[in-house]
Amino acid sequence: MAVTTSPERDIVATPMQRAPREALYAGAIALGLFVLFIGLRTDQNISNELILVQRWWLLAVLVVLTMAGRFLYVAYGQPFLANQKIVDVATGLLPESVATRFFRLPYFIAAIVTVAVLVFLAGSLDGLLGPGLAGYARFLRALATIYALASVLFYFRTFIHAHFSALGITALALYPVIVVLVLALYGGSVAAGFQGSLKWVDNYGIQILIYVMLAWGLNIVVGLAGLLDLGYVAFYAVGAYCYALLGTQYGLSFWILLPAAGAMAAFWGVLLGFPVLRLRGDYLAIVTLAFGEIIRLVLINWREVTNGSAGITGIPKVTFFGLMTFNVSDPNYIAKVLDIATSSAYYKIFLYYLILGLCLLTAFVTIRLRRMPVGRAWEALREDEIACRSLGINTTTTKLTAFATGAMFGGFAGSFFAARQGFVSPESFIFLESAIILAIVVLGGMGSLVGIAVAAMVMIGGTEVLRELDFLKQVFGPDFTPELYRMLLFGMAMVIVMLWKPRGFVGSREPTAFLKESRAVSGSFTKEGHG
Amino acid sequence: MSDASSIQKANPGMNDAILQVEHLSMKFGGLVAIGDLSFQARRGEITALIGPNGAGKTTVFNCITGFYKPSEGMITLNRRDGSNYLLERLPNHEIPARAKVARTFQNIRLFSGMTLLENLLVAQHNKLMKASGYTILGLFGFSGYRKASAESVELAKHWLEKADLVDRADDPAGDLPYGAQRRLEIARAMCTGPELLCLDEPAAGLNPKESMALNALLMDIKDNTGTSILLIEHDMAVVMQISDHVVVLEYGRKISDGSPHAVRTDPRVIAAYLGVEDEEVETVLTEVGDEDVIEQLDTGPDSAHGPGTSSSYFAGPVTDTVGHSEGERVTVSKGASRAAQVDAKSSAAASKAASPAAAKPSAKPSAAKSSAAKPATKAPAKPKTPGVSSRRGGRK
Repeated sequence: MAVTTSPERDIVATPMQRAPREALYAGAIALGLFVLFIGLRTDQNISNELILVQRWWLLAVLVVLTMAGRFLYVAYGQPFLANQKIVDVATGLLPESVATRFFRLPYFIAAIVTVAVLVFLAGSLDGLLGPGLAGYARFLRALATIYALASVLFYFRTFIHAHFSALGITALALYPVIVVLVLALYGGSVAAGFQGSLKWVDNYGIQILIYVMLAWGLNIVVGLAGLLDLGYVAFYAVGAYCYALLGTQYGLSFWILLPAAGAMAAFWGVLLGFPVLRLRGDYLAIVTLAFGEIIRLVLINWREVTNGSAGITGIPKVTFFGLMTFNVSDPNYIAKVLDIATSSAYYKIFLYYLILGLCLLTAFVTIRLRRMPVGRAWEALREDEIACRSLGINTTTTKLTAFATGAMFGGFAGSFFAARQGFVSPESFIFLESAIILAIVVLGGMGSLVGIAVAAMVMIGGTEVLRELDFLKQVFGPDFTPELYRMLLFGMAMVIVMLWKPRGFVGSREPTAFLKESRAVSGSFTKEGHG
Repeated sequence: MSDASSIQKANPGMNDAILQVEHLSMKFGGLVAIGDLSFQARRGEITALIGPNGAGKTTVFNCITGFYKPSEGMITLNRRDGSNYLLERLPNHEIPARAKVARTFQNIRLFSGMTLLENLLVAQHNKLMKASGYTILGLFGFSGYRKASAESVELAKHWLEKADLVDRADDPAGDLPYGAQRRLEIARAMCTGPELLCLDEPAAGLNPKESMALNALLMDIKDNTGTSILLIEHDMAVVMQISDHVVVLEYGRKISDGSPHAVRTDPRVIAAYLGVEDEEVETVLTEVGDEDVIEQLDTGPDSAHGPGTSSSYFAGPVTDTVGHSEGERVTVSKGASRAAQVDAKSSAAASKAASPAAAKPSAKPSAAKSSAAKPATKAPAKPKTPGVSSRRGGRK
């Protein structure tokens, strides 16, 4: 290819010229930011006096790292990305040309071999390498596994893209089975498989799916109707306490209380909806936030009913539609009925399928509603409320149905949460939960079910993964707990995603009806709503 | 409904009027945006509402379509089936739903993130809501809803064809060029099945070709659907070509009402809307030497008393958004009304027996606005002064 020099190139400073200057600026900013946070640290000495610990070396290292990072980014990163953009304008999660360079068959084979060797040596790693290096080896194994899986996904990307929903549901349905099978093979017995699956099914599977369901519920209010609700966790709390109180006091079954909790939450959704109907934007957000806090404070202070901060314990477990229970002492305990070994994993697996079913119900109803007049009215409301009224749409009832429907799914998720934990307290329903759920909706792309599910997986799964990174203790010392940094990482991830994809993972919108062919509507046309 | 039937009795034989506006007034605080306006739009006709900027045309529209609640007056809509609706009493969203009045907006308000087809389906919301058993039956896929849904798509397709947009049915509305967006907004309004279609400057920003297409569309609506049209328009070519009846507003008051031809030749209209220009009036008044008048001449709707810049329709009823000032009365300065000037002028001229002076400004506002006009304006300008200064006194 012939090298052409464009005249503009000479006027604008080359990346190489700009890089040192920008690195200097970045260094100055980093110095200013970090000098008090990192350069100095308050501590207590042995006689309990406050002393200042000076950490100039650490500060210098960080500033130099920042400068180097900025230098490399401006000098090499930016031109590279600009070229990539020209080479490939395809919008995917990974631009194709970068991805094809990253995922190559030799690397894939190497990753598979690494995983195989490390799995084979799993038992003797500590002996061979010592505890320190073994930690790194396990991390390497995890990375290699992720890389191998990502490669597989990449090679079948067109197929996956075409059948995403079906594949996703199948994968979710098979997940506990696969986990148990893999762990059973790994541990050498079925019992070990069940025992080991607890963490994977409960901490990852159920936890993520609860957030998927909550985010899908909130999506109706925020993503479709465009009403910014910062107090969504209140409905979650209503659902949870509905099951906790009625279940413990009156011994009602989960299967009766699940719809009851949904109805109760929907009722509260309407109650919240009425006063805020006239509010928009920031005002609506503040009032819904206040509503969330009111519910929490009532739960804390109404001790006679809610037992205050101590919460409610001994919430009954869900039964298998009344046929079998998951209490070992019951005569119809599942292991006795089916004549299998006793394990606590059955309940978790059952709960997993329960929440999966609830999630699918949410998705199904959302998809159905979007194609109904009320769903279109929600989206129209998000686009332009005045136009809605000029077309004879009753915006009051439309908003209220959005609030009620969203709240209902929050209530379902809440009663499930209470059944899963066996314990509820106001601690679980703080504002941070609302913020996380909203963040998932925004990150996923408002209105998009797939995007939101992916966002929940990344965000909630990601914070859970932090607990697995034990090897970091070897780097930062035994006091280092990666979980504590999850909010920092959460925030950083949000900033990065919002820079990279301002409309969330899935920014486009699927039309609800079409004449000739259904074409996704670009995010640049859709509005976020004013409310 | 007792009020409605009494109206019918009070106005026998008035049923060819689809819309009757009687003594409509709209005040924002002390500012009178519309003062005692009465007119009617006849069924099956295109009625145009014209007037200079700030004359209150859009306010009239907002009163008719329920976005504002008028301070005084009565707006009656007579539907084809004989039922009457008092629009000022209906809630905003029931005006399109029950009284079958649809409107478009001066600044286009489409659902830009939805496809053209979806835009037109949203317009059929009420019909589809009923067919879907208020969502419940539709959720379980009952056949009644599926049939209604197919019908609504057919209706949408019909109007897309009329608006010449059927090729772009699956594109987002925000992606359309300006002229097509205007047509789509009309098609969307028509999908509500209106008996009265209110168009707020449908030809604004259109090129001549698009303007022609719009005329054809409006004539087609008028001839084939029986929908009556009320439109605000600045484009005189459109107004004169298609409208059957023209109402002219100036400063919230009706100054003329009649056929396009009659209105075109009305000297009051010419003065207010087409004729005498600001500069000329000012020169005249400067010659008179009344600085007070000159200062007041620029009075548009007074921003201190009108709706604040941040207010919107959503902030609640207009009365909430407008700063109230008890006992204060602000009117647009009388000297500003050019139609009134012409009135005064012609009376003055009549007394002087110098009738050509009044007709002269109709020639054209140009350099040829002769010296003959100047002395004529001089005379009426003087009597206005006391009115203006008394108003200033009142505002203190």
